[in-house]
Parts: sequence; structure tokens; C-alpha cells
Amino acid sequence: MAEVKLHGRWYSPFPYRVIWALKLKGISYEYIEEDLSNKSPLLLQYNPVHKKIPVLVHSGKPICESMIIIEYIEEKWPQTPLLPSDPYEKAKARFWVKFVEEKAPAFWSLYRSTGEEQKKALKDSSETLKIVEEQGLGEKKFFGGDSIGIVDIAFGVIAHWFGVFEEIVEVKVLEAHAFPRLHAWKVNFEEVPVIKENLPDRDKMLDYFKKRRIESLSASQ
Amino acid sequence: MEKQNEVVLFGTWASAFCKRVELALKIKGIPYEYVEEDLTNKSVSLLHYNPVHKKVPVLVHNGRPISESLVILEYIDECWNNTPKLLPEGPYQRAKVRFWVNFFDHQIMARLLPIIMTRGEEREKAIKEFNELLKVFEEGINKDFPEEFPFLEGKTLKYLDIVVGTALCNYEAFHEVVDVVFSHEKNPVIMAWVKALKNHPLMKETLPPHDKFVDKMREKYLGQYP
Repeated sequence: MAEVKLHGRWYSPFPYRVIWALKLKGISYEYIEEDLSNKSPLLLQYNPVHKKIPVLVHSGKPICESMIIIEYIEEKWPQTPLLPSDPYEKAKARFWVKFVEEKAPAFWSLYRSTGEEQKKALKDSSETLKIVEEQGLGEKKFFGGDSIGIVDIAFGVIAHWFGVFEEIVEVKVLEAHAFPRLHAWKVNFEEVPVIKENLPDRDKMLDYFKKRRIESLSASQ
Repeated sequence: MEKQNEVVLFGTWASAFCKRVELALKIKGIPYEYVEEDLTNKSVSLLHYNPVHKKVPVLVHNGRPISESLVILEYIDECWNNTPKLLPEGPYQRAKVRFWVNFFDHQIMARLLPIIMTRGEEREKAIKEFNELLKVFEEGINKDFPEEFPFLEGKTLKYLDIVVGTALCNYEAFHEVVDVVFSHEKNPVIMAWVKALKNHPLMKETLPPHDKFVDKMREKYLGQYP
């Protein structure tokens, strides 16, 4: 079987998306942890444009950008499909993937900022969650229906990382009473065995992002 | 029994994102009805079909709406599975095309507004960044699609041609209203590509008329950033 390698970073949600897709489809791969303050020559060779992770390398050929990687995985290994087969349902799924890609920067801004900027990030994050709650999920258990799919994977950042950011800046946005559907989704998503077994340690992440916040705030002074 | 195949496109004539969809429909020979939206007074239909973003373009196929121009393009390619295909067949080629389309939209297109909004040294810096990104794009496309690129006249338009052409073919209007950002000297390969795209009959048919577009740009941008 051709070799599959994944370059990632333990605290970043983006390589996890790829890990979940690979695990759901039962694809073996080698994981390579990258130190982003000291990027490997291989990473720079495989992703010269962005110099970022994740990068999937399949038989020596690199693919970059997490959601593009997942579409590649889906096309190469059709078992346990992550996308609907109907073109219209597929388009709806891609719409929501694009939505979270566009809106996610506000979540990151939340943990990195203070004052007015943070207020805006909080407002934007809440509005995003509201749209997903009211228009994205409907009555379904997962965005993919009875089992998780590409949209659930893309939204994983909300399930596991957003709570860490909330804790660091001492806000509570994604609460069950305010977002009953999304909250239930989060709980269900994290119970899916492939997800549960493939998440970064929460305490370790809390520590790491707390330090990052301090560093980035003192650097901007 | 005749298969129902009703296609309606909600758009605005000056939007490159809407033009992408129109061009894709024309390339595939898909008959469609076009509805021009007034974004200062959005139609009930638009708000119903795109409640999340309330934006154009929206494609409505047999009553079902699809939003986001790139999502629409991939939908069109899959649904009307006849030649010509807009995306390549192989998964790795598709990943590369998606990567560069993404880069174009998020990196290159995103640099146009900073140019419009700034003046003097700040603008010069913004233009320089734009040219550098175009260079990265040129080199990347050349490396990843050595046989396809550069676009030769008479060729079938594909995904990248559609995205780049609808954005950059109106460069003369941008130069007239804002500033010269795009030249043969700085980005020869893309310039040659864009010039060839401008001459493609479907592109000519789809792009807004120069003078009308210039007036619209003046109104939109110089009004906001005098």
C-alpha cells in the first residue's frame, strides 16, 4: 500500500480534521510532529507557499489546506463516505465548511485579544454559533445525519477548542440553554470513538494557549 | 417525459463572483434565467434562498438554492457531467486546482481593497504585496500545471480560467479608477494569460462593458474612499 504521512502540530485543530478523516476511513499513516518555531526542511519543501500544517503526503505528493486534504482523502478512499453522494447535499455540506472557515478567525481572536477587539470577537463568535444553531443543524444529531461527516469534522474546532478559549478569557458562550442543539452536537461529537480517541489533552491545551495569549499580548505592547 | 431542469441565477452585473457562475453556465451550455438583484433592496427571494449570508450569487436549480460561488461552480461541474469539465479528473490534480483557486480568492483578491483604501506610500506597499502574491501564483501554477499553463487562445475555459478571468480581465477599469497594479513587466505570465482570456468569446460575452464598469467602480469605491 502506498505510504501516507501527515505533518501536524499537537494543539492545532486543522491536522486533527485530517486525522479524524484518515481514522474514520481506516487509512494507516505516519504522523510527523512539526515544531512551528523551527519548521522542518520537508515541511518547507512540501508547503512552500504557506509553510503551514497540516500537509498530507501521499506517495511523496503533498496536499495542503485541511479541507482540501479531506476532499482528496474522500476521492482517493471512498469507504465510509464523509460527503453526501447527492450533488445538492454535497453543495450544502461544502457551504457549511466554507462558513466555518470564514467565521473561525473570530474564535482565535477571542483568546488572543483584549478590550474592544475581544468584545468584537465575542460578538462575532456568538453570532456565528447562533446561525449554526438556527440554520445549520436542524433536528439532526450530526451535520452528516446519523453519523459524522465532513461538516462535523470541520466544526470540530467548535467542539473541542472553543471551550478552551472560553475558559482562558473567562466567558461562557456555548451553553446548553442558549444553544441547545449545538451543545448537544458538541457532546455527541466528542463521544464518537474516533473523535474521543483522537483529541489533544485539554489541560495541556489550556496551558499552551494561556501561555500563547500572554506572549501575544506582551508582544503587541 | 421531459426532465425538469430549471436554473435561475441571482446576481449583480458588476460582481466577479456572479460572473464566475454565469461563465460556468455558458461553458457548459446550460440555459438559465438571470435575476439582477439590487443589493440596497434585496428581493424576498434572495433572502429566502440565502438566509445565512443574504448575498449573491445564488444558483437555484429546480427550486433548490446553492450559495458561495466556488461551491456553485463545483456543483455545476458535478451535476452537468458532460464535457467540458471545469475541474480535472484526478484527485491530486483536483486538490492542486482547489489550492490555487483558494489562494487566488483569499490571498490575491483580498489585496485589492487595501489598495483601494490607501494612498501614497501605504498604497505603493499594498500594490507591491499584490504583485508579489501574483508572482507566487504564477510560479505555483507553472510548477503544478506545466502542460495547461499558460492559457493558449482557443482553449476551453476551466475552473482557474473562470476564477482568474472574471476577476482580472477588467484590470483596465481598475487602472483607470484606482491605480495601475498589474503590468507585463511585473507579472508577464499572468498578463499574457489574462489578455488571452479577454479574447475568449464566452469571456467577452460575460464580462461587463468597460465604460459601465468604470462608472460603477467610481461610484462604489471613490464614493467611499475619496
